[in-house]
Amino acid sequence: MFEYCADPKSLEGLRWLSCYLTTGTHLRFYSSFGTVLLLLAITAPVALLFGFGGALASRSQILPVRWFGKIYTSMVRGVPDIIFFMFVPIALDQLFEYLRSRVYCDTSVPVRQGNDFVVCAAAKLPRSDSAPWVHDSYGFFLAVLAFAIVFGAFASNVLYGAMNSVPRAQLETAEAYGMTQRQVTRRVLIPQMWSYAVPGLSNLWMILIKATPLLFLLGVEDIVYWARELGSSKTSTFSYPHPDWRLYYFLGILVFYLLMTAVSERVLRRVRRRLSLGQATMAGEAMRKAAS
Amino acid sequence: MNCAQTITDYGLRSIGIGERLLPRTDFDLCTQFTLIGSGLIWNIYFGTLALFFGFFIANAVALAKASDNALLRKPAEWFIFLFRGSPLFIQFFLAYQLFVLLPRSGVEIFGITVATSWLTKAWAGALIVLVLNTAAYSAEIFYGALQSVPKGDLEAADAYGMTGWRKFRRVVWPTMMRLAWPAYTNEAIFLFHATTLVFFASFPAFAQQGDALYYANYFADKTFNPFVAYPIIAAYFILLTLLLISIFGVVNRRLNRHLPGAARRIRYRPQLIR
Repeated sequence: MFEYCADPKSLEGLRWLSCYLTTGTHLRFYSSFGTVLLLLAITAPVALLFGFGGALASRSQILPVRWFGKIYTSMVRGVPDIIFFMFVPIALDQLFEYLRSRVYCDTSVPVRQGNDFVVCAAAKLPRSDSAPWVHDSYGFFLAVLAFAIVFGAFASNVLYGAMNSVPRAQLETAEAYGMTQRQVTRRVLIPQMWSYAVPGLSNLWMILIKATPLLFLLGVEDIVYWARELGSSKTSTFSYPHPDWRLYYFLGILVFYLLMTAVSERVLRRVRRRLSLGQATMAGEAMRKAAS
Repeated sequence: MNCAQTITDYGLRSIGIGERLLPRTDFDLCTQFTLIGSGLIWNIYFGTLALFFGFFIANAVALAKASDNALLRKPAEWFIFLFRGSPLFIQFFLAYQLFVLLPRSGVEIFGITVATSWLTKAWAGALIVLVLNTAAYSAEIFYGALQSVPKGDLEAADAYGMTGWRKFRRVVWPTMMRLAWPAYTNEAIFLFHATTLVFFASFPAFAQQGDALYYANYFADKTFNPFVAYPIIAAYFILLTLLLISIFGVVNRRLNRHLPGAARRIRYRPQLIR
């Protein structure tokens, strides 16, 4: 990056460090923090959407839809989320390739042959002739989908509970005004449920932040991957030889996560305060008393 | 090969008893059930011991956090922040690197050489991380419960002339446990779920003796079929969760035995306390 970095063997002290920390691989390491933030930014709204669907489905009047909702919501109880993170990407990948193979390939050839999963070249995802970034982003896409499905199930748990905590009288009043079921849901239930949902959702956000290093298990080149890669000891055949520094890299990641959770906690506390304002709950009552 | 033979060969494979090599060709249902079940021994080992040791540490940390003395309170607050604010996955990586850096020959303390190489093994190193992690989460739960012990209980204890340790042992602590128990049940379940991370975070599985997820992952990799091994491990974990809920339910009933109608079933709200 800097001009004096041309011959790293001649450098010492801080100069060496400044060159070392700005190598191409280090820049990719820094940008992988962006990957984590991107994952958070995409997953959170999608998971909320899935959760919303799940919660509404488990309240549905139609029996099969309700079953679907109930199964989706209770899916994450009792089973570790890591199992879902291992299972969902492979399962989805095989599902997509299977569906494509029914369209593009000779359908008389079975997909499962012994211990192999075989589809013809046209059905492969991503296609073998596509650019490397397509492969990377397909992996990332599967990871996001896995996160969204798992955290959607968590969120639908929270939202289902929140919808049930909206006082019955509120909904009955709305019905007495002659609103239809859909109007009650849209105009009364959903606006009121947020203050009950926020404690659970903010907890969920914290869990989501702390689940992001699992990206490493899904084969995405995230911060854990780069920390292991860059930190491991480099012999003199590399331009920047150093002993095993993985400890320091992981310490850096630890600090990153501590900062993330500390900042989130601050922000969420303010959101909670804002939403409790004027609500008929304990927190709202306490704020009313404090003001008067 | 019939199923009984498979069970004797692989039933205790995860702790080094039985067949040395993992199956390479025929992955029938029986083999998968047996091997994943044998891996569950590790999950139960980590979960139970971490819960046991963590419980005592958590009580101490919760009391320290509630203390008026800043010398006790601050370290407790930092301990809880450190372990609750960072991912367990990273804690495993960090601890492993730390243990690896310790000199191989052992550390000399007061002239006695203490061996350190056992710390890099999963059975000890990962257990230490899990103990500290669950201690931090449980301490926060216990601290919250301690703060919500009803004022009336304390006044009643005062009226009986109880002070100090006696008051704590007979009034404060039982009420604290009673209040914390439902949340603590959730924490216990989550801890057992978290044990699946051990062999995916640096700690090597010695001679391929791993936990349930390690074997499930092995089968899924070998057969390219995630639809058999992962449902099996999921079923095992659902059974384990149900077992935990019933055991903790017994304790809950015992804690609330004097309160009519209070010993309700614990409603399991997954992971939302974390």
